[in-house]
Amino acid sequence: MLITELKQKEDIMPLISAKTFVICCEGCKEVYFPADEAAEFSDELTKSATANGTVVTEYICNPEHLQLQLEKHMGKVDEAGTLLVFSCGVGVQTIAEMFADKKVFAACDTHPLPGHQGVTPLEYDCGQCGECHLGETGGICPITACSKSLVNGQCGGTKNGMCEVDKDMECGWERIYRRLEKQKRLDAMLHPVKVRDFTAGERAAKSMTTKD
Amino acid sequence: MRITELFDRGEFVITAEIGPPKGFHIDELLHEADEYLQDVTAINVTDCQSSVMRLGSLATCKALKDKGFNSIFQMTCRDRNRIALQSDLLSAAYFGIDNLLLLTGDHTVMGDTPQAKPVFDLDSVSLIHAVKQLENGVDLGGNELVGEPPKFAKGAVVSPCSDSVDVQLAKMERKVKAGAQYFQTQAVFESEKFITFMEKAKQFGVPVMLGVIIPKGAAMANFMNNNIAGISVPPEMIEELKADKEKAKAGITGVEITARIIKECREYCQGVHIMALGWESKVPDVLRQAGIVN
Ligand code: SF4
Ligand code: SF4
Repeated sequence: MLITELKQKEDIMPLISAKTFVICCEGCKEVYFPADEAAEFSDELTKSATANGTVVTEYICNPEHLQLQLEKHMGKVDEAGTLLVFSCGVGVQTIAEMFADKKVFAACDTHPLPGHQGVTPLEYDCGQCGECHLGETGGICPITACSKSLVNGQCGGTKNGMCEVDKDMECGWERIYRRLEKQKRLDAMLHPVKVRDFTAGERAAKSMTTKD
Repeated sequence: MRITELFDRGEFVITAEIGPPKGFHIDELLHEADEYLQDVTAINVTDCQSSVMRLGSLATCKALKDKGFNSIFQMTCRDRNRIALQSDLLSAAYFGIDNLLLLTGDHTVMGDTPQAKPVFDLDSVSLIHAVKQLENGVDLGGNELVGEPPKFAKGAVVSPCSDSVDVQLAKMERKVKAGAQYFQTQAVFESEKFITFMEKAKQFGVPVMLGVIIPKGAAMANFMNNNIAGISVPPEMIEELKADKEKAKAGITGVEITARIIKECREYCQGVHIMALGWESKVPDVLRQAGIVN
């Protein structure tokens, strides 16, 4: 999962022109989004007449959906000198690609959201590895729940069930083992050797965005 | 020589660990090996142990080999991707270094350069698999090697006194399936735990070397209890180290404890691995008191 946070206004203001079209993603279940702060900022831009138009919608990372949402605003978009996008990095890139000839600015910073206990407002985290292992790991993601993203089991660094990297973080493989044990399917731990394919995440992402 | 041949012959194999220096002058290391490690079967050289940058394991193994020692090349997955790991395996084969110990490795944040990128392209299991593939004449990319493939003794580690021993056993089984031929354990201070572990581990049919650390005193024991995964020094042993401070400082107590653990566990395992951590000079005493050498 991703977490987005608003950039400093002082950082954004010098970038955008007097006529800026604002696109605001309401977020999705994958992204923690500071919706209220974003709405507040975009209201300010409207009031100060910096924004010439605003669209608030979800899933701006889906180009077809976005196109539909923008249809009736296209005049304003064409008029605008810059586009300001409130969303995760994926949403911003979607829009930048769609309006390749326009200046598109991100209003947010996007951070990966590690699944460390006590830090995350959301419970699950996906590292977009493209080779989902959840079927063999009791639904706990080894890529994000293990500090070394190990896919073949626990390292030797676990102490008292905690990870060697962070004494406040439960060892992901300890959690996976206990979950499988509870489900009486420890044989899943004997899955044949996994060798990660680091092109898979990218490939999966590509196949989701290109259609032939 | 591959140490698997010795296990096959039923020999009790003795290895000692040595850590290369932070620098490239290894005269002292070679001198210590000459002086104190003549009775060990092979010297096991760590790979930037605890994520502390040091001279490489492979270069040190080669230097030891040139001195007539049998060495074990430790490899972790922390600093190299699969291309570099496989390349270094071929380099080892070229130097005639044919004993390996294959580990995942500590995380980079544990060491003296926490800013470094942790690699973990492979892990211990997939690294064992990679070695096996090379032995079959192909690399992980599925490409054929030129000429005769290398042949190694493939070692791995396991933590018998871990508080997650069942999770460790599951991983051990996975390593055996991937091709691990012998195991070296994390340091054992609780013989009964090791014996219980061996009862379960013997089903895998691979030789296991008992890992031991010579305790230098109560403070070190407490430190390990609090900070080192898979190690717990029982309170009686800490008392024993406290009882006579001078004796502990001189290493006499540590040697006694270590020799005792080896004696208690010997019939349950196929070898012993001594992690002297700077006390290489005590290794001969340990082996003598444990009744392994005269
Ligand atoms: S295993 Fe891969 S795809 Fe599945 S949740 Fe984890 S990172 Fe995402
Ligand atoms: S201790 Fe557990 S979570 Fe941490 S790196 Fe090792 S296996 Fe992964």
